[in-house]
Amino acid sequence: MAVFEVPRKATAGIAAAPAARRPRLRGALASGRTWVGGALTTLVTGVAFLGPFLAPHGENDIVGAPYSDSAPATLLGTDYLGQDVWSRLLAGGTWVVVTAVLATLLGMVLGVAAGLAAGYARGWADEVIMRVCDVILAFPQIVLVLVLLSVAGPERWLVVVVVGVSHAPRVARLTRGMTTGLATREFVQSAETLGESRTRILLRELLPNMSAPLLAELGLRLTYSVGLVASIGFLGFASDPSAADWGLMINENRLALAVQPWAILAPVLAIAVLALGTNLIADGISRAAAGADHTEGASS
Amino acid sequence: MSRSAAEAAAVPATIMSRRREARPAVRAWTRWLLRRIGLALITLWLISLLVFAATHFLGDPARAILGRSATPERLAALRTELGLDRSAVRQYVSWLGGVLTGDFGTSLATKGPVSALIGGKIVNSTVLVAVSAVIIAPVSAVIALVSARRRDSATDNVLQVALLTTAALPEFVIGILLVTLFSTVVLTWLPSVAVSWTGSPWTDPVVMILPVATLALAVVPYVARILRASLIEVLESDYVDMARLKGVPEWSAVARHALGNAVVPAIQVMALQLAWLAGGVVVVESLFLYPGIGTALVDAVRNRDVPVIQALALLIAAVYVVVNLIADVLTILVTPKLRTGVR
Amino acid sequence: MSVTKTPLPACSVTGLRVVLGRGGPDVVDDIAFDVAEGEILALVGESGSGKTTLATALLAHTRRGARIDAGTVVLDGRDLLAATPAEVRKRRGSEVAYVPQDPSASLNPVMRIGRQIREVLDVHHAGTPAERTARVRQVLAEVALPDDDEFLRRYPHQLSGGQLQRVALAMAFTLRPRVLVLDEPTTGLDVTTQAHVLATVRDLCARHAVAAVYVTHDLAVVAEFAHRVAVMYAGRIVETGPRERIFRAPAHPYTRALLAAVPSVTEPRVLEGIPGSAPSPGRRPSGCRFHDRCAFREPECTDAEPALVTIDDSEVLARCRRAGHVRAQPLGFTVASPDGSAGSAQRPEPVLRVRDLSARYGSRPILHGLDLEVGRNECVAVVGESGSGKSTLSRCIGGLHEEFDGTITFRGETLPPGARRRSREMRKAVQYVFQNPYLALNPRMTVGQIIRRPLELFGLARGADATRRVHELLGQVMLPPALHDLRPERLSGGERQRVAIARALACEPELLICDEVTSALDVSVQASIVTLLQELRESRGLSMLFVTHNLALVRSLATRVAVLSDGRIVEEGETAEVLDRPAAAYTRRLLKDTPGHGSELRHGGHESR
Repeated sequence: MAVFEVPRKATAGIAAAPAARRPRLRGALASGRTWVGGALTTLVTGVAFLGPFLAPHGENDIVGAPYSDSAPATLLGTDYLGQDVWSRLLAGGTWVVVTAVLATLLGMVLGVAAGLAAGYARGWADEVIMRVCDVILAFPQIVLVLVLLSVAGPERWLVVVVVGVSHAPRVARLTRGMTTGLATREFVQSAETLGESRTRILLRELLPNMSAPLLAELGLRLTYSVGLVASIGFLGFASDPSAADWGLMINENRLALAVQPWAILAPVLAIAVLALGTNLIADGISRAAAGADHTEGASS
Repeated sequence: MSRSAAEAAAVPATIMSRRREARPAVRAWTRWLLRRIGLALITLWLISLLVFAATHFLGDPARAILGRSATPERLAALRTELGLDRSAVRQYVSWLGGVLTGDFGTSLATKGPVSALIGGKIVNSTVLVAVSAVIIAPVSAVIALVSARRRDSATDNVLQVALLTTAALPEFVIGILLVTLFSTVVLTWLPSVAVSWTGSPWTDPVVMILPVATLALAVVPYVARILRASLIEVLESDYVDMARLKGVPEWSAVARHALGNAVVPAIQVMALQLAWLAGGVVVVESLFLYPGIGTALVDAVRNRDVPVIQALALLIAAVYVVVNLIADVLTILVTPKLRTGVR
Repeated sequence: MSVTKTPLPACSVTGLRVVLGRGGPDVVDDIAFDVAEGEILALVGESGSGKTTLATALLAHTRRGARIDAGTVVLDGRDLLAATPAEVRKRRGSEVAYVPQDPSASLNPVMRIGRQIREVLDVHHAGTPAERTARVRQVLAEVALPDDDEFLRRYPHQLSGGQLQRVALAMAFTLRPRVLVLDEPTTGLDVTTQAHVLATVRDLCARHAVAAVYVTHDLAVVAEFAHRVAVMYAGRIVETGPRERIFRAPAHPYTRALLAAVPSVTEPRVLEGIPGSAPSPGRRPSGCRFHDRCAFREPECTDAEPALVTIDDSEVLARCRRAGHVRAQPLGFTVASPDGSAGSAQRPEPVLRVRDLSARYGSRPILHGLDLEVGRNECVAVVGESGSGKSTLSRCIGGLHEEFDGTITFRGETLPPGARRRSREMRKAVQYVFQNPYLALNPRMTVGQIIRRPLELFGLARGADATRRVHELLGQVMLPPALHDLRPERLSGGERQRVAIARALACEPELLICDEVTSALDVSVQASIVTLLQELRESRGLSMLFVTHNLALVRSLATRVAVLSDGRIVEEGETAEVLDRPAAAYTRRLLKDTPGHGSELRHGGHESR
């Protein structure tokens, strides 16, 4: 059994290492990258939430000929139906952002709960939980999402659930790795000798010591959620085919890249900036969490 | 406590001759391998259950195919045709039996056997993944080595920001940006799609450039960052320092002492990424209209062609299980402590 | 064994300075010493003294982030620090060799032993291939290891800790260097293995006239092993000279305090700790770096740093303005009077009774039918080498290890295996203090929260009352109230261990289980923790089970001692009885191998050779 465990740790250890040090979230704010990431994320989120109120045209209004890059009263031209690209860009972000955030939160909650339970209980509960994770992990996230969406259709709630479930085993592995590392620490054993309840040990002794790596993981998962949700649209799956949606916009206009590039590039850049922003924040947090060795130099 | 175990294990070995020592090790090896293969088979079986359950219980395939306006008579007829009127267990058993004998059923869209439909596409996708992997591995290794050796230098920082940026972008974003740059808006050097492409991948390598480049850009950052982290760990290990203090030249300390210990994380991360590529091709193939299993899966999902979805999902998941099995075996082979210590 | 004086020392260091980063604080500074052929110089220091940094700097190497800023290291008449990188590489291994602290981490895990030793010969292009192979076998034989093919083909993980350290020694001796730098080579080894490794080093250095710089924190080893001693504190050599003189009449207050903190295996000394903790680079005080912890401090000590100067025309150099005065003070150790419980007839009633305890990990048996008793207000030490099962024993009693047969009774009630199955009263009365204070406190809680938790859990105090109790407890373990709101990361190791003790005391326990509680601490901190535990036992009537590998510590602390070997108690009795007249062969061997037994560390500091 021990042998079987080792390869998994070989890569998991890299991610789990920061748990050993005290998280320094304030340190994350000292890094320029975190600030850039925050600014980019705020920008795109702002567009996504305020955009629908600022759009000059309705998302389904026909304002000119299809694929026109110089239709009157349009900033970025028109799309395959002659709808205003700028208005659809402003209107189409809410879905991506909301779905990605909800899916990420669901995946984190499921994954952290499963990982904590498996890592602290060990034994058969651990075996069962990790085996289930292995099965889900065998599917690349986009494949799992497509298969699960194939039968019931791309309903919004289902996209949230399916993307969330596809994150969960990855988060669970990380959490389990940190939990097993921490559970043998003497401060946890001390709580056990005092007779603290299991719930309290999980929530008060273990969880706070993983906050920084988990927060970094949250940022990373959010980045992937944005990509996944946008990919679903890009592949042409949408619950409402006429509604504006960044991913779907790319799919609708993909044949006109040479003629009317903005119809595609505008949503592509919006998604790119959002994903980049969340990833920079995640990186800032994980660097800060691992960064204690940068400030404390070699002594003796 | 652990030291006593090590000593206990070490002492009898002194007395034993090499040949006598080898035999129990081989036996332990075989036992480990059988157990590991057994676990992989169990995982595969669970995967088949999941695939079947997802496509069977989450929705009604007949209604999904015919739409909401279908009459009850037509639904019933289609259910009989699909064998959906049998019990779930019997359907699963007959499906699994077919899978084990190479029969993945009949496509609802083409009415032909699934295996014939996806056979050629598997080859196409395999070529795409293989070519990508061959490029990804050395490029990632070189980036990781440069960056780890010059940790925190300007070069390292630039590389890190570049990797971080690329790692954030979804594959289709990378792909569209490449198309914009090289085949439509800015330059027109390369074909933007592999559409109307019918022959084997190697007959027209130019159409492969952008799909491969997209996959490489999506995967290299991830692999390079993990390799950099593990290289930094070994470069700062006591044994690499010890090599330097013995008078070993720097290049040799890196090549013989550091790299040898960075192989295991490299194997593991490459395996994960190979398995990821099996699914990563979905989006990239759709973007470039490359006729592989990715486009086949998207088409099947769009047409609700359940047998094809089942076959492709099972296949892609099987790639993950098999690649991980191989990676674990390789890991054991290159790690003396695991190789000689298997119990 | 007289030191031969040669006109040219094998290694001569002057003005060596290592700093952190560019223009950062110094890690070590103003280091100067000579080592003659065949001489062993011990560099003694506690953690944070910079001794390991100094050790690798002698080979012109620093860890990442540090830099050699100034100084010379002259070997064979040529300065190693001024040499080109290629030349440094050539001279490393051939003129000066290094023996690492932890060979299990310093030997490459994926390279066979034979190849790793041979590599030294290969990179220095020494001899023909056949000669190299022969030399590898020869040097393995010199360090008393097997030299057959089977052994050469082993990987590091197939060797024991002692064998690994011998391989590292063999590697260092392969090219017969003139200077050997040994960086705490026996840390983590059992006393028996340590004794053998040290004997090998001493023998090889004498036979081949090798100058050795032996870096260590263990004064007991120094007392047996070194010809000369250099004591380091906060990056400086504060005192240096021949071993006998330094142990008999130390001239620096730090050396003096250090000697008073070292337990002796031959007599129950009252140990005196050094207040405070050693400062890390960048936090070191101006003036004399020891002034804030010094018992001989004068106002002038804070102004200027004294130089390392000769004291009274002797061979001793010290860095203290009051060295002459310090040296003149007699070095008397207080020896504790025998405990009141002397005379085994009137042993106090047992609080803890262990009967026929057998424990295992999975299928591996660890303990075999142990019997043990701890009487009221007694301190029973359980002594054993690593793997003896001593930690398993304490974990069974503490409720952390559940796989055992036999009975453990506490005040006549049976303690079930596993803390969760024990009654609230039992969990409160039996408290556990852990080995590693760096892992024993939750990093995300403040000191106040940590100590307060058991008060609330057992309903002993709440609200303002609890806050008052926490401050009382901090006072009892001699910690300032200001620590109340700090998190453990801001505390030194000794302070953390005091917090852990305060947490245990908060439960108002009757039995305290101390599992190697000082093994992660410096000797000066160990002394103050031991003193604290001693006082608590007396003032609160606590019973104590003290698990340790350190026989000398047992002498100062325990009323009774049980010697554990391979999961069995081989001898049990009153401390003085067992240590002075050991009955079991195992105990006798352990005592013989314990350093400091029959050396300058004995009372009066007379030479016994």
